[in-house]
Amino acid sequence: MRTTHLEDNFQQKIDAEERIEPKDWMPETYRKTLIRQISQHAHSEIVGMLPEGNWITRAPTLRRKAALLAKVQDEAGHGLYLYCAAETLGVSRDTLLDELHTGKAKYSSIFNYPTIAWADMGAIGWLVDGAAIMNQVPLCRASYGPYARAMVRICKEESFHQRQGFEIMLTLSKGTPTQKAMAQDALNRWWWPSLMMFGPNDAESQHTEQSVRWKIKRFTNDELRQKFVDATVPQAEILGITIPDPDLKWNEERGHYDFGAINWDEFWQVVKGNGPCNQERMEARIKAHEDGEWVREAAMAYANKQSQKLTEQVA
Amino acid sequence: MNLEFESQDPLVQYCLLLADNVLILGQRLGEWCGHGPTLEQDIALTNFALDFVGQSRLYYQYAAEVLGNPHSEDSLAFLRDVPAYNNIQLVEQSNRDFAQTIIRQFLFDSWHYYFLEQLQHSGDERLSAIAAKSIKEVAYHLRFSSEWTIRLGDGTEESHKKMQAALNRLWVFSQESLNPADYESELISKGIAVDLAQISAKVAQKRKAIFEEATLNMPELIPFFGNGKKGLHTEHLGFILTELQYMQRAYPGLQW
Amino acid sequence: MSAEEWPLFEVFIRSKSGLHHKHAGSLHAADATMALENARDVYTRRQEGVSIWVVESKHIAASDPADSDAFFEPAKDKIYRHPTFYDLPDELKHM
Repeated sequence: MRTTHLEDNFQQKIDAEERIEPKDWMPETYRKTLIRQISQHAHSEIVGMLPEGNWITRAPTLRRKAALLAKVQDEAGHGLYLYCAAETLGVSRDTLLDELHTGKAKYSSIFNYPTIAWADMGAIGWLVDGAAIMNQVPLCRASYGPYARAMVRICKEESFHQRQGFEIMLTLSKGTPTQKAMAQDALNRWWWPSLMMFGPNDAESQHTEQSVRWKIKRFTNDELRQKFVDATVPQAEILGITIPDPDLKWNEERGHYDFGAINWDEFWQVVKGNGPCNQERMEARIKAHEDGEWVREAAMAYANKQSQKLTEQVA
Repeated sequence: MNLEFESQDPLVQYCLLLADNVLILGQRLGEWCGHGPTLEQDIALTNFALDFVGQSRLYYQYAAEVLGNPHSEDSLAFLRDVPAYNNIQLVEQSNRDFAQTIIRQFLFDSWHYYFLEQLQHSGDERLSAIAAKSIKEVAYHLRFSSEWTIRLGDGTEESHKKMQAALNRLWVFSQESLNPADYESELISKGIAVDLAQISAKVAQKRKAIFEEATLNMPELIPFFGNGKKGLHTEHLGFILTELQYMQRAYPGLQW
Repeated sequence: MSAEEWPLFEVFIRSKSGLHHKHAGSLHAADATMALENARDVYTRRQEGVSIWVVESKHIAASDPADSDAFFEPAKDKIYRHPTFYDLPDELKHM
């Protein structure tokens, strides 16, 4: 079969909402785009463990400590599911980690902001996980089977994450004036980075069109961002705290909230590595990987020794 | 609310011993979250941390009920200072590397499992129920830390060296769990606390068997001067509590 | 990237007794014992299972999508294998 014919068949399958599975024929660019997208997502999960992991030892109650541990652990799980999905495309986890550690691969820029107060655990759960869910739910219908299945599992598990964060915010907002100020301060710092999580405006986004056609992206960045704002404004009202955007107002005509301009210079600076915590995040990931090398090596050596013993016994 | 902690009730002291042991170890394991040698092991260690934090809450809740108002699981965990903490010194030792973490874990689990086995038969119904619930988790911990002790002890030359060094370093803390404090002895005579003399042979046997399979040498025991069970700790605990209690100390009396 | 990477395992989980094991996902482990434990820690944190199978991914033989027509098309027109193929009177309530 000629490639164009294969490509037509491939696109037809996708148009018919059929899933592509690992051994199916796929265009090389589809494979590469998926590897980039899935691994970027996986990296975000494991780098994302760091800002929240930061507060595990300082959680203010035992109940909060348990919930935070479980949440950060889930993120490790999600990273793992996603790396495995990427591996079905013929790339090893080691290669992907190497790309992260050498700066070749990107991860969500939001995790380069510092968590300097307990309220940040609330704001991250509420806003960052809220934004992530907006992004992820449509991906449960992504055209690539292993990716879609990983996303189904992730979305199921994530459902407690946002509630966990919102509950922290709610407790603070019902607390003393100091606590309410903590909640407001966290919202002030995390609001704009959360909006940036959806990526550049559609006009600036280089991959959107093809990805939408391939159904590995089911909504554009701007569509998702709008959905997020619309969903979040009423939640902030329940909390009684103010979203730090003077231009935010309901637009009757559009049936959506209008919001102010995003500081894209800041976004690109953080993506480039100049955010407040880029270096620390990378250092921590690289250190974990390097410190773990002797462990991984020893476990493998032991496994090889054991299977050799078994073979000798049989012989 | 600032609770000067003065209860001399042996049952409370015993609950705190059991609670503090697992909370402090859970706190240490929580430090690994996001920094494990593989994602799979990161998740496993966090499971342990969660098991331990969960167990500590059961003991604290019981102690708080015995003490009555205004005590709570959180006041006991967050408002006692170092001398009022009863955990053994083993659990407060720092993570250092994965070898130290695994040896610390195995030394704890190889006691904890046989301890809970007996605590299930405690004359105190509440303690026996907590033990029955916890032992399922701890059976898995023991299996996991035994296997990893063997795997790393008998892995590569480098891993063997690190494991032996860890064992040499932590061995001095290995017996404290088997020596009863006065409040413990009092409860042993009442059939409430576990008679440690009854489990020490099993503990020793398990340790010997696993270290043998791991090709690790059991060091000579050197004298141990600590007494964590009576609030005499290493320098580590103060730092652990500084982090653990930071929020409750900086903003006293608030709901979180 | 110097060390040998832990092999990939496929994980199958029985969610409750009476049901089939179902593919849950994959993970890395140095050996089968570790794979079982990793599977327990990774895939059954929310009581998803009562039994786990793991198998090293390289041991799974899979059909080739290129053979799909030869493998699966021929079953399509054998409708007489299904109970609905047969015309029976309505009076016959259970069969």
